[in-house]
Amino acid sequence: MDEPRYDEATKTYTTGHSYDGIEELNTPLPRWWLWTLYMTIVWAVIYSIAYPAWPLVSSATAGFLGYSTRAEVAAEIARVEEANSELNTQLAAVDLNALKDNEPLHQYAVSAGASVFANNCSQCHGSGAAGAVGYPNLLDDDWLWGGDMEAIVTTVRHGIRNEQDEDARYSEMPAFGEQLEKEEIAALVAYVQSLSGLDHDTTLIEQGNELFVDNCTACHGDTGIGDREQGAPNLTDSVWLYGESDEALTETITNARFGVMPPWSPRLSDAQINAVAAYVHQKGGGE
Amino acid sequence: MLNYIKLILLGGVILFAALAANWAHDLAYQVHALLIFVVGIVMFVWVLRHTDEPVAVSAGDVTGYMDGPVRFGIVATAFWGVTGFLVGTFIAFQLAFPVLNFDWAQPYANFGRLRPLHTSAVIFAFGGNALIATSFYVVQRTSAQRLWGGNLAWFVFWGYNLFIVLAATGYLLGATQSKEYAEPEWYVDIWLTIVWVAYLAVFLGTILTRKERHIYVANWFFLSFIVTVAMLHIVNNLSIPVSIWGSKSVQVFAGVQDAMTQWWYGHNAVGFFLTAGFLGMMYYFVPKQAGRPVYSYKLSIIHFWALIFLYIWAGPHHLHYTALPDWASTLGMVFSIVLWMPSWGGMINGLMTLQGAWDKLRTDPIIRLMVASLAFYGMSTFEGPMMSIRAVNSLSHYTDWTIGHVHSGALGWNGMITFAAIYFLTPKLWGREKMYSISAINTHFWLATIGIVLYASSMWVSGIMEGLMWREVDAQGFLVNSFADTVSAKFPMNVVRGLGGVLYLAGGLIMVWNMWMTIRGGASVKAPVGVAAE
Repeated sequence: MDEPRYDEATKTYTTGHSYDGIEELNTPLPRWWLWTLYMTIVWAVIYSIAYPAWPLVSSATAGFLGYSTRAEVAAEIARVEEANSELNTQLAAVDLNALKDNEPLHQYAVSAGASVFANNCSQCHGSGAAGAVGYPNLLDDDWLWGGDMEAIVTTVRHGIRNEQDEDARYSEMPAFGEQLEKEEIAALVAYVQSLSGLDHDTTLIEQGNELFVDNCTACHGDTGIGDREQGAPNLTDSVWLYGESDEALTETITNARFGVMPPWSPRLSDAQINAVAAYVHQKGGGE
Repeated sequence: MLNYIKLILLGGVILFAALAANWAHDLAYQVHALLIFVVGIVMFVWVLRHTDEPVAVSAGDVTGYMDGPVRFGIVATAFWGVTGFLVGTFIAFQLAFPVLNFDWAQPYANFGRLRPLHTSAVIFAFGGNALIATSFYVVQRTSAQRLWGGNLAWFVFWGYNLFIVLAATGYLLGATQSKEYAEPEWYVDIWLTIVWVAYLAVFLGTILTRKERHIYVANWFFLSFIVTVAMLHIVNNLSIPVSIWGSKSVQVFAGVQDAMTQWWYGHNAVGFFLTAGFLGMMYYFVPKQAGRPVYSYKLSIIHFWALIFLYIWAGPHHLHYTALPDWASTLGMVFSIVLWMPSWGGMINGLMTLQGAWDKLRTDPIIRLMVASLAFYGMSTFEGPMMSIRAVNSLSHYTDWTIGHVHSGALGWNGMITFAAIYFLTPKLWGREKMYSISAINTHFWLATIGIVLYASSMWVSGIMEGLMWREVDAQGFLVNSFADTVSAKFPMNVVRGLGGVLYLAGGLIMVWNMWMTIRGGASVKAPVGVAAE
């Protein structure tokens, strides 16, 4: 049946086709639709002449505006670097201990450092720098390897216990599970807990004390206040990197811990390293 | 005779699967080999029992059309749909509450493995089964011809669903080639290729033997979908297996060529699977349900050719500001913008078909689903070209805005047109007068609509906020926010998104219940209950 039919509701003829009862109206293309389509095509032609678009044999048309995303980014970066170049030069060469006295430079270092920290350090140390289990809190004054500007810069630059940087800070606690019995480790746990006034099993203190003197004082000191030269934590200050529970401490003594931090030089420039150190230093615990 | 060949082939498959299970290098491959081993044995026994037996002359469908695979396909669509929505809702809450990545379920049920399960379940399992089932239904009716190729249509249905099971279990067991929407590994890809060629043969065979003089517009769209998906699938999955006994393979393309191939594929999965294929659905079910002629034959011709010509070039807009050369990125953007009107042609043709039947919007919730679906289609096909503009993309790319965009298209357009088609087909395929409960369809419509609104609006807010936070710099050019700052700022929007998913899932469950009651031939129908075709 190829006879067009007049459709009352739309006042239009059909094409005469019918498929399973479906007919088609012979409506012309909506004008606004067609003109919008033409406009987008005209725009497309103009745009593709203005911007890099058409591939040629071994290159592509560059477009008369000379636009390039790479050039745009490079210009943007160059503009910022240019604006900050003097401050960056000063910052890279600054006497770290005198940085605080140079107020404008210090302020610049802290805001630059905040950005460096947010993009490179916050993944482990948290956006607020409060750390997490295994990742030190940088807001307090408990420093494993030292908290003055020099020490922080060294830590950031070379990292800790990594294999990439020969100058990385290095120390290794033995896994005492290989040397001590379970009961002995339990006694040590109790003694270590007593050092910072935690609840502990008092009956084990005497044995724990003996074991501590024999095994731990070389690094953690006679009184357990630690040793920054070796990154040995202070055990008396209630700050626990891996937790103070029986389970956590048993795990620490039995298998030891080996926290690693990557070296940030040369990924970060000298100015950036000084900046992030200044940022961390002024967080509250800097020495 | 054919059965003897089948038995020999199946025997070979069983033997190979047994060897593969024994020598497997990895868990996913081993599980898949065992699965194929079992499937092979079941089929072998089945064929054996029917060999040299007289072929039972089936009473056949009263219509003369082959509707068995369509019935199975509609049930599979509903099943995979609800599965996909459920997984999607769960992973939405995983993003809001990471604790839902349960330790005991690692590594199988972490977000990273469930996410492709969700996307593949909704796109390929839900969408794919819907497309196969409706295209089989539509091509027969509009060509006045039974499906070509006899039982080949059954092979397409079962083969496609085996592909889905292999893909889904593969993701959970860790087999993936890490290409978005093309995650399945090499042997699953090969299987899909075989099934897809069979699908093309059935569809094309039916069209070539049609009794109508012309080919109906819905079939143009279905055919372009089938042909293009075959091409996309083969090229994007070109890879070399590391071993025939393992799932791992290495891509043939590398670097930016690989990225470009992937997004040429990825964008056209949207263009031809989710747009062209579903437009085919729309072009049959909307005029059918409305009882009105298609608005404009001319528009359907022009927008069809413009759409399929332009879509294939638009992929590079997924790679703005990357290693992709600027010229390719410009072309991707330009073609995307020109694509705006050709995409809208489908919306105009769908909506304007209701001319003279607008009153049905008040009385017929199926029409309501269709209109909402077309409205979401129009919205996403405007939003898409807009997001392809480099300047907009520099804000929207990698943010939740993209997720919102995809879901307003997927939940709104693809989901709702499929629900409408299911509500249209279920009573017809099972010989019932109408759906068991019309008011449940209405409830489904509102749950789905509110769900999408919650989903899309929360993702717009979240995405734009995220984009602004990422680019925020202070006076000296330093970034202000860390990535984790944006993650914690997104929390409320992530919760709202999850709630949107809950509503959408609830609608899907109501649909399944409604289908169940209809197919069972529930008693609430006042008119005489139709006789089941089977």
